[in-house]
Amino acid sequence: MTKKMKLSQLSDMLQDLDVESLEGVTIEGDIELNISGGGGLNPALAYALGNEISQISLHMANIGRMLGFPAEQLFASAFGMAEAPQAGALPTSPKIQELLASKFEVSKVDNWKNPIQEVTLGATSGDGGTRKSTVTIGGENALPYYFDAEMPHRNYVTMDVFDMPIGMAKAVKGNYEDVINDPAEWAKKVVRDFNADMVTIHLISTDPLISDTPAKEAAKVVEDVLQAVDVPIVIGGSGNPEKDPEVLEKAAEVAEGERVLLASASLNLDYERIAKAAMDYGHNVLSWTQLEINAQKELNRKLMKQCNVPRDRIVMDPTTAALGYGLDYAYTNMERIRLAGLMGDDELTFPMSSGTTNAWGAREAWMVSSPLNQDSDWGPREYRGPIWEIVTGLALSLAGNDMFMMMHPTSVQVLKEITQTLYGSIESEEIDITNWVGAEV
Amino acid sequence: MKINSPLEAYKFLPATNCGECGEATCMAFAAHLIDRSHKLTDCKPILDAKFKKKYEELDALLAPEIREVEIGVGDKIAKIGGDDVPYRHKLTFFNETQYAYDVTDSMDEKDLVERVKYIQDFKKFYVGNFLTVDMIAVRCTSGDPAKFAAAVKKVVETTDLPIILCSFDPAVLKAGLEVSKDRNPLLYAATKDNWKEVADLVLEYDVPVTLFAPNDLDMLKTLAKTFAEMGTEKLVLDPGTFPTGKQLKQTFTNFIKVRRAGLDGDREIAYPIMAVPLTAWMAHDDPVSASYWETVVASVFTIKYGDIMILHSTEPYAMLPELHIRDTIYTDPRKPVTVDPGMYKVGEPTADSPVLVTTNFALTYYTVESDIASNKIDCFLWAIDTDGIGVEAAVAGGQLTAEKIKKGIEDAGFDLKKDTSHNTVVIPGLAARLQGDVEDATGANVMVGPADSGRIPGWMEKNWPPQKK
Repeated sequence: MTKKMKLSQLSDMLQDLDVESLEGVTIEGDIELNISGGGGLNPALAYALGNEISQISLHMANIGRMLGFPAEQLFASAFGMAEAPQAGALPTSPKIQELLASKFEVSKVDNWKNPIQEVTLGATSGDGGTRKSTVTIGGENALPYYFDAEMPHRNYVTMDVFDMPIGMAKAVKGNYEDVINDPAEWAKKVVRDFNADMVTIHLISTDPLISDTPAKEAAKVVEDVLQAVDVPIVIGGSGNPEKDPEVLEKAAEVAEGERVLLASASLNLDYERIAKAAMDYGHNVLSWTQLEINAQKELNRKLMKQCNVPRDRIVMDPTTAALGYGLDYAYTNMERIRLAGLMGDDELTFPMSSGTTNAWGAREAWMVSSPLNQDSDWGPREYRGPIWEIVTGLALSLAGNDMFMMMHPTSVQVLKEITQTLYGSIESEEIDITNWVGAEV
Repeated sequence: MKINSPLEAYKFLPATNCGECGEATCMAFAAHLIDRSHKLTDCKPILDAKFKKKYEELDALLAPEIREVEIGVGDKIAKIGGDDVPYRHKLTFFNETQYAYDVTDSMDEKDLVERVKYIQDFKKFYVGNFLTVDMIAVRCTSGDPAKFAAAVKKVVETTDLPIILCSFDPAVLKAGLEVSKDRNPLLYAATKDNWKEVADLVLEYDVPVTLFAPNDLDMLKTLAKTFAEMGTEKLVLDPGTFPTGKQLKQTFTNFIKVRRAGLDGDREIAYPIMAVPLTAWMAHDDPVSASYWETVVASVFTIKYGDIMILHSTEPYAMLPELHIRDTIYTDPRKPVTVDPGMYKVGEPTADSPVLVTTNFALTYYTVESDIASNKIDCFLWAIDTDGIGVEAAVAGGQLTAEKIKKGIEDAGFDLKKDTSHNTVVIPGLAARLQGDVEDATGANVMVGPADSGRIPGWMEKNWPPQKK
């Protein structure tokens, strides 16, 4: 016969002993607890028993959790705790012996439904051009490098070449002194030595305030560059709104069939002429606006509706302000444009280009030292300049930019490496970082 | 934040339009609660006992999705996390990424003190202020608790900057904590192997802690959930920063996933995220390559959701772009950064002083102003209203024109002929092409200044006062 004992009897027995915990108590088989008159218990015993029982219930709850039962909710509702215990409740929090297993899950974005338009630059002999290869940008279904959708094309770099010697930061100039008077050689050099995917020829000498080179003469330079390299090219004017349409028309004519990118159509010049030149001679148009999403929509709309430029011939340049010189606007403008495109604004679903070279206008990129004596030492500018161009471009690549116009060979190399790493095409030795804290660096 | 319209917040407010918060109406106050430019505690009436329930409800609704964690004490306290949106134009990002630069307990004491002071004092002028860096991370490379404690003590004595104690050995962390516990340091790190011991320290000393689960988001969440259950939500998550190749791509993906899950409402993982660009030094031997790559990784994770990071290179060519990219990402994109257009007197200009023209883009204005003032040049400086666009872009885009300059000067009632002895305007070098037009429009003599205002002093020496025509 099993001898039974009431809790109150146990309490009486232990009444005079200073009991703080019960050891060796095991509960086997079906658990049946019948506790009544808890108030009459010796407080020390009640506490010790309560502790044991609570521990048991926690273990049982853990088992329940492993079986997939939401035990926390049960506890919460049972004890009237709507929310997790506050930090103030800390001393009474349970001492946990095992990690509380949890699975990480996150969903993909569901409103990026509209792919970015693909645009191909350059034409091979099969398409009526003479380029050895072409470059295709756009096609994204997600923000760059995001896991939501495969990114179809990597980022590309087109390096700047000018039709006359220009003022350049020392760190940049050092790379071009031997070719500065010969745009064709300059173009060869950036492709051969600096791994440029494309070349941009800027016809700045055509500016009436510079040399006022006639459009016809400038077009000759374009022919030379096309002869010198077999990558796709971008043709830029001088930025003079009166002269550029004429210059770009002539350039478009001599580059017929090469599917170049004409830079740029903008709202402050006769964009219709530029669009027409692009259509007449089989080129793409760079739609350039200044840090203003609505102006970008307006210009794209005009190019499509008014000038009949097909969608696969438009690339946008929403303006690059350099790191520390307005990049905050440039970054957000591009990010907003890309998000709007992905979410279905078909006036903004075009790939983007950035004049990343603008970073060299930042004094931090080229100045020997800070003009302010309160500033800390800026260190050698040879290293400062390239990283300025890299970080400017890198930020915009994360905002959705597809193609970069750049100048410094180191910047080009590092920007390509980081963007292709994020794109997923760079293999490299795996690094074990688990003990980085103790690493000797 | 669980609500996003002022109307939803308004429902909880007393609706008395008492004005104590500084706003004319409760609705206006509600709008500022939503854009987080006011705190709920700015509303005094709602703090009254009878509104307790509404206060608590609204407070919970306004709480940011990503928890806010504090490191350090006093003036230098650093807050991280507290964000609500994945894109800065939706609301703005709060609490700038905190940059901690490392020292180790194997360093010579003199070198350590020197490095800490250099980090503490590093500054770069920008838009009327100085950009600075934030923290010291003390790494235990010796494995010796006593050595670590000595290094931490030295750091504590040298600087007020917040501190991160870095070791995977609980005994080392405890030794460091003992000498820095009143500074609320961040512990680095609890892992799947040491979490119990580290949790004991975290609960005993009541300090924030980083959870480190390299490329294992299940484990990261498991640790976070366990720590929260044990009673602390002062957590920072480190999903591991792998510096190269496909591992780096995976790291990028992990950061995006963790932040997205947090913003989507998964409370178990809604904590600030830590990046460790310092790992770039494990992949590159040459210090310039390592610094470059570290800066690149730091830039990526400043833009994409790193709330705090540990860095090694203190070369200015690494620190300057880091400081600037952070400022770029954490500037409120909803407000144009401008100064009021008009005339500013720099120093004590007289009729013989030059009249310089710039734009009302705050960056341009403050750069020019500080270059002039620090070289003690007295002048009249005109901030022309270009809608907050810098000189070069404003010339190209037509926001800076001869007419704008003429109007800007005249609107202030300034007469170049009467108020100066030279009837001359100096335009920025980047606006050189406007020279003829400005001459025609103003009838004044127009000089072209240097392209960068840092060269104004040299330019002044050569060109001022102007030769009489």
